[in-house]
Amino acid sequence: MDIPVIRNILEANDRISNQLRKIFKAKQILVLNLISSPGSGKTSTLERTLTDLRDELKMAVIEGDLVTDNDARRVAATGAQAVQINTDGACHLDSSMVLQALDSLDLEGLDILFVENVGNLVCPAEFEVGEDYKISLLSVTEGDDKPEKYPLLFAESQVMLLNKTDLLPYVDFSLERASKFAKALNKNLDIFPISCKTAEGMGAWYDWLRAKTKEKKEA
Amino acid sequence: MHELSIAQGLVAIIKEEMEKHEVTKLHSVRVAYGQMAALVPEALTFAFEACTLGTDMEGATLEMVPIPVILKCSECGEQFSPDKSDLFMPCPNCDEGLGHEVLQGKELYLDNMEAE
Repeated sequence: MDIPVIRNILEANDRISNQLRKIFKAKQILVLNLISSPGSGKTSTLERTLTDLRDELKMAVIEGDLVTDNDARRVAATGAQAVQINTDGACHLDSSMVLQALDSLDLEGLDILFVENVGNLVCPAEFEVGEDYKISLLSVTEGDDKPEKYPLLFAESQVMLLNKTDLLPYVDFSLERASKFAKALNKNLDIFPISCKTAEGMGAWYDWLRAKTKEKKEA
Repeated sequence: MHELSIAQGLVAIIKEEMEKHEVTKLHSVRVAYGQMAALVPEALTFAFEACTLGTDMEGATLEMVPIPVILKCSECGEQFSPDKSDLFMPCPNCDEGLGHEVLQGKELYLDNMEAE
């Protein structure tokens, strides 16, 4: 017999993601899912952000990597809470992993929880982890056609951080071209060119964090 | 790249639906997927076969049906369906290239099953 079904195959993940959203909403925590390819500077950008805003905002990080706890250590050195998830081979974080990580975190009084996803421009875009916003990060050494090649991630993001602007004199990267393709399927995308090394452009990113944190508290 | 975990999710849903409808023999399932979803159909077919091997779902076929991308022009509101290989084409009505809304093309769902 023919049985119509129409059920989202990722519903199990979405269900846990919504459960996470309820938890974060109750505690008024802004949750950001940071996604990029390996080596773009996710952890370095977090280190800089956590250090610079240390006296203003209470922040914590859930780190995702296949193996090692290198990133959790780096982030913890700034004084922020950090929990490492090792996926042992899975190419993205999912909601069940983040839910489990909450057991090791003290959420009281937190303003922002960053989820630093596994370095990958493809798969993380498909799996919600209870976040308010996806933050994509692209560095200027990766080629300005990446938004064109990975449309799903950039269509789903609220912010694109364009990192390593200090290297612009040494690479063929057009900020205009990268921005154009990133906004093609996402007209409200906020784009912040930054250098987490020299601190160039970080001010605008910090203002966005402050504004969104305030919005979450007032929601 | 993660088609195996998708196949496992699919098998779990099929099991629930089979119990709900009190059927025991699965013949085929149809999965609809948006052309922007991060999915390789052949890999999912392979993963599905691997997941059902040695179970009472073994031998059931998986049909994959693509769902075209539909964009809505940010300027004039025209809805159009770009080719998968040219997602960034400008609006065919007014030539606007920026900020289109994705109305369809990211879905991944179990559409129906044939069972008895």
